[in-house]
Parts: sequence; C-alpha cells; structure tokens
Amino acid sequence: MAITDVAHDAVDYVRPAEIAEEELYHPKTWLGKYVFSQDAKIIALQYSMTAMAVGLIALVLSVLMRLQLGFPNVFSFITPDAYIQFVTMHGMIMVIYLLTALFLGGFGNYLIPLMVGARDMVFPYANMISYWIYLLAVLLLLASFFVPGGPTGAGWTLYPPQTILPGTPGAEWGILLMLVSLGFFVIGFTMGGLNYVVTVLQARTRGMTLMRMPLTVWGIFTATVLALFAFPALFVAAVMMTLDSVLGTSFFMPAIVSMGQTLDYSGGSPVLFQHLFWFFGHPEVYIVALPAFGIISELISVHARKNIFGYRLMVWAIVVIGGLSFVVWAHHMYVSGMNPYFGFFFATTTLIIAVPTAIKVYNWVLTLWQGNIRLTVPMLFAIGFVFTFINGGLTGIFLGNVIVDVPLSDTYFVVAHFHMVMAVSPVLAVFGAVYHWYPKITGRMLNESLGKFHFWITFVGLYCIYYPMHYLGILGVPRRYYANEVTQFIPESAQILNAGISIAAIIVATTQLVFLYNLAVSTIRGKPAGNNPWGATTLEWQTATTPPTHGNFGKELPLVYRWAYDYSVPGAKEDFIPQNVPASGDTGDAK
Amino acid sequence: MTFRQQLANKPWVFQRGEVADSRGFLGSTPKVTLGVFLCVASILFGLFIAAYFIRMGYSDWRPIPVPAILWLNTMILIGSSMFLQWAAFSAGREYPEGARLGLYLGGGCAIAFLIGQWLAWHQLGQLGYFIDTNPSNGFFYMLTSVHGLHLIGGLIAWFRAIIRVQRGGDNNLIRMILELCAIYWHFLLLVWLVLFGLLLVT
Repeated sequence: MAITDVAHDAVDYVRPAEIAEEELYHPKTWLGKYVFSQDAKIIALQYSMTAMAVGLIALVLSVLMRLQLGFPNVFSFITPDAYIQFVTMHGMIMVIYLLTALFLGGFGNYLIPLMVGARDMVFPYANMISYWIYLLAVLLLLASFFVPGGPTGAGWTLYPPQTILPGTPGAEWGILLMLVSLGFFVIGFTMGGLNYVVTVLQARTRGMTLMRMPLTVWGIFTATVLALFAFPALFVAAVMMTLDSVLGTSFFMPAIVSMGQTLDYSGGSPVLFQHLFWFFGHPEVYIVALPAFGIISELISVHARKNIFGYRLMVWAIVVIGGLSFVVWAHHMYVSGMNPYFGFFFATTTLIIAVPTAIKVYNWVLTLWQGNIRLTVPMLFAIGFVFTFINGGLTGIFLGNVIVDVPLSDTYFVVAHFHMVMAVSPVLAVFGAVYHWYPKITGRMLNESLGKFHFWITFVGLYCIYYPMHYLGILGVPRRYYANEVTQFIPESAQILNAGISIAAIIVATTQLVFLYNLAVSTIRGKPAGNNPWGATTLEWQTATTPPTHGNFGKELPLVYRWAYDYSVPGAKEDFIPQNVPASGDTGDAK
Repeated sequence: MTFRQQLANKPWVFQRGEVADSRGFLGSTPKVTLGVFLCVASILFGLFIAAYFIRMGYSDWRPIPVPAILWLNTMILIGSSMFLQWAAFSAGREYPEGARLGLYLGGGCAIAFLIGQWLAWHQLGQLGYFIDTNPSNGFFYMLTSVHGLHLIGGLIAWFRAIIRVQRGGDNNLIRMILELCAIYWHFLLLVWLVLFGLLLVT
C-alpha cells in the first residue's frame, strides 16, 4: 500500500462546475496594466517594492542607532532626540509598513489566487485601492521626516502621556502624521484583507478543499483574519490619541504638569491606551509569524522532497496560535502594574502558546528527517528560520513569566528576544520565499552563489548581533538609552561588546546590497527557470506560462485531485505529483 | 462537502477523481464579504465601547445629558432600516415600484437621521458641552461621528444602488444589492441602539 491510500468510496467522477467563473477586467492602457493595475500579481509587486523601499530606510535608521551605541560621542549629528526618533521610526516601519505589508499585501496578493487556483482576487478594484491607500500611508509617514520637529520620538509603542507632551521630539507634527498614517494603513489594509479572506473562502478552484490548501495559504489566511480583527484596536487608539492631541480631550491624558505648566488634561488613563495598543500589538506578532510558518512549511517540504509531517496538526496549530494570540496581550504590560491574578492569567495563556508552536517546530524537523534534503538557498533560509525561531521562542518562555519579565523588561534581553522571534525569523522567511518564488515571478533563477553568500553572512551576522544582546540584557544594560556610560553594574567590557555588535550590524546591512543586486541583475542575466524549477506540486508552478499572465491559468482553471504534498510517492515516476494530476497507474496511487 | 466534512478530511488519503465544487459553501460572495466586514466593524465598535466602560470608572466622569432629539433620531433610523428591508422584499417579489420607493425613503430617512445627529451636537454645544469638557462628552461626539461616518459610507453604496435600480435590468442583481444595503442598515441600527442604550444607562 502506498503512502497515498485510496478512500474506499472513491469514484472516478468529475462533477460539472456549479458556479460560473467571474469575468476578468481587461485593462486597455499601459497605465491600467502596470500602474493602476487590478491584477493581484502586479499589486503584489507594487506592495513588495514599496515595502522593501521603506524597509531599506528603516535598515539605515538601525545602522545609525548602532553607530551611536557602538561608538558613542563620535557621530555628532546623532543627538539624543534624533536617536530616539530613529528608534521609533525603525520599529514602526519594520513591524507594520514592511513586514505586515510584505507578507499580506505582497506574498498574500501574489500567492493566494495562484495557489488556490483563482484567476484573481474576488474584488480586484478594492484590491488596487488598498495598495494606493497603503502608499499614501507610507508617504505620510515619510513626510514626518520633513516637518518642523521631525518624526515622533515616542517609541514605536507611542505610549501616552509622553507621546504628545512638549519635550518629546515630534510632539506636534510628527505624532499627528504618524497617527493619520496608521489610520490610513488600517483602512487600506482592511480593503485588501477582506479580499484575501473572501478569496480563500469563495474563489478556490474545483477540488481545492480547505484541507488540500497549501500551508502557505493557511498561514496567510489566518494572519489576515487576525489582522482584520486586531487592527481596529490600533485604529481606535489612534483616533482617541489624535483627539487628545488636537481637540484636548482627556481619554488617555491624566492631569499633568509639563515643564512647569499645568496642562488642561485631567483624569485620563494611559493604561487604557496600553490595553488597546497591545490588543493590536500582540496579534501583530502572529500576523507576521503565521505567514512565515506557512512559507517555511512549504519550503521545507519542497526542498526536502517529502510530504509535510502532520499536515492537519499544522493547520490546527496555526488556527490555535491565532486564537490564543488574542488573549495574551497584557504580558507586554507586566511592568505597568496589574492585579497579580491578571498577571497569572496572562502568563498562563502566554506559556500555553508554546504548545502549538512546539508542534510546528517538531513537525518541521520530522519533515526533514530522512528527507532527500537539497541545500538550495531557500532551504538554507528555511533551516535558518527554524533555528532562530527556537532561540527566540525559548527566551519568550523566560519573558512570559511575570517574575522573570519584571527585571528583564527594560533591558537588552527583550530587544534580543523580540528581534530573534519577530525580526530575524520573519526576515529569513521573507528571503527564503523570495529565492523560492522569484523564478515564478520573473521566469529566471536568482544567482545561487550570491544567494549562498547572502545567506551565510546574514545568518551568522544576525547571531553576532543578537546573541551578545542577551548577555547585555542579563547584565542589566537598559534599552532605549542614548548612551550607556560606565556604571556600577555595566562594566567597560559591555562597551566592547556593543562596538562588536555594531560592526556586525554594519556588515549584515551592507550584505543586503548583494541581495538587491542579485534581484536586479537576475531579471536579465538569471538562468531561465522554466515553469517548475523546484519540482513543486502546488498550483502556482503548474501555470502554462512563467511568469503567469493576467488571469493566471490559460483557458481552463486547473482541477485539483490531491493535497499539496505528494512528494516522493512510492512507485511514482517522478518524486512529485502536482495537485492537478488525476490518479493513474504511473503516479503510484494504489488501485 | 459541508464545512465540517471539509475540515475532517484526511488530505493524504487520495480521493480518486472526486472533484467537488468547493466554492460558495457559505453563500454568495458579496454576502460573505459583507459578513466579514461587519465582523470587523463590530470589533471596532466593541473596542470603543470597552474603552468607554474603562474610562467611565475614573472619578472625573460626569454623564452627558441626553438630548430629546435622539429619541426622534432613533425612530427615524428604525424607519430607515424598515424601508430598506421593504425595498429588498419588493425586489424579491418583482415589484420594482416598491423597491424604488423603499430605497428612496430608506436613504432619505438616513439623511434625516444624520441631520438630526448634527442638531443634537448643536444643542449640546449651545449648552456648553464641548468635546473636551468631560470624557463622557468626548465619547459622545466620537462615537456618534464614527457611527455617522459608517452611515455616510452606506449612503455612497445607497447612491450607487439608486443608479442601478433606475437603470433597471437583472432583477436578481438588484435584489442582492438591496439585501446587502438592508443588512448593512440593520447592523448600523443595532450599533446605534447599543450606543444610545449606553448613553441612557450610564
């Protein structure tokens, strides 16, 4: 009996389609085709390029921060105000404008219709508007660099009251632009997000049942649901903060004396803001992580030529992690002061998340077990992701406990933890995904030597950056500080470590130029990829042309006969059977 | 396949040749979309209301007086919702005059409601209850604005529905559009009733 057992009641029968295909919109002008395009693939590229451009800015900001921390008092243009502005903008851009936009707007738009066998998103026009609102949000955010006072320096969490008090950089214009930009981002994302969710629910091709969907789609789908439900909290917080700032309401602002002057605020609750912010902020971690989980499952299965281990458990783990992410938000607020029972509850729910995430890690490792592993560049990044996610996850278990969190909360330990788990890991997944799907997007392979060079420098470099930060954190070196002079508990050697971290950061940041060079040059010089260079089973690799044309699949939509992971089926001619191949003698399916 | 069967499926067990139409198991696409959007909007209002309750617990909270005109506005919004429901029913029974009349009256009532809300603001302003006077005032102005903006968004869809109905054509399409309008209006009515109840009780 082969791995792919045949159901006893299986019949050779293809039911006629019950629902007619929707008509595609066909643009006539160049502008309509490439700029104001309603094709999800073009929108995906627009999203990705904008996100990567703004991400580069955030990368430069992080290098500037590291210059100050590694070599204090050397760079006179990095003032304390400028430093805290860099911190704020780096965090906000990376989390929301880069990772969220890239995973959902970029990969979501490109992969969902292709992988579920749809011609496009269900509402292409709203999808297009979604991108343009996102671009507007990005431009508003970047505009804050050029207004009087510069961008806000409130920290990416924007905690009141200091956010809108005089003395905080950008307390007048910068914060307003930030809040308005976030508002637009949420509105734009909601238009796109409705599309992604409804496309998965309604526009799958015939035979593509929910449990035959690739895990990438499951990850992006669940993350989108989380985002749709979590972003309203950010929206509410942004609206109320804007009113506090502009119209003088006291939602969040307590009675306060600032610089010798009693302000008109009274009685507001800063902790209310924190609850709203983290009700968004914690699911945000999984909005970034779940698509990465899905993508990594895909990469590992394809490049190890093995079916994913425990597919159904993987799906349920994604869904359970998504659900749990809504009941853990206050673990970001242990140091804000809370009822001990409250803290106990949130510590418990936080630690429970370790169960489904551990299941995922075990399943990735078991998929690799005895697989025919090919150490291609995407596979290297995927393995790098699993390593890094375990590291970041373990420190998460430390910080989930109230008594461990309280002393560590304002130290570099937290910086190390959250960069490992939600910066390095997702970025490794992004790189893996780009190396994996680039051949489909452009029709050409990326240069493998440059890719391996990029991987090793990035992977080793990132560990040189973030591993030492754990030690700094345990020493008690506080985060967010402009400069750490030598104190009783910070020895001089901490500064040497800091300088080393900065050098590693500069090297890693510079190496990303190699990646960009590879992306650009390979569009022309890359080896032609053909339709299915990796021998993958999912539908996006089965298109008639590469890159896929408008409408994705030629005249007929593919019919799906099997799940997405028929790799190395015993008795089959090749080591993969695409999803749209029906049963026959030579596919190895038992009679 | 039902939703439950789909999830219970063992995908690695090969189902030979069985190609089911997996689409549309939750109803028509526009309705599903509206449903998902209403979930998002419910969470938005729910979070505003949660913030309202938390902020209410602080000692500086002084309840805002409820202008009498809000009762009238509530009646008008109920009327608006009923007219749109009637429009949807009429379209279902191939009675275009009724559909058109219901649509006009429903939208007209919604506009009257918005004017009424503005009058309520005006009255409160004249009494000296401005947005920054007290957090309860802040919440009143903010919540009525957010609700009003949702209604204005609905009126844009309503306007497009009018164009579609005037042009005539496929009755099924018109019926679906009117049903979607009616569902959205019922939702906004429900939200308003909750908000109004909150104002009355607290």
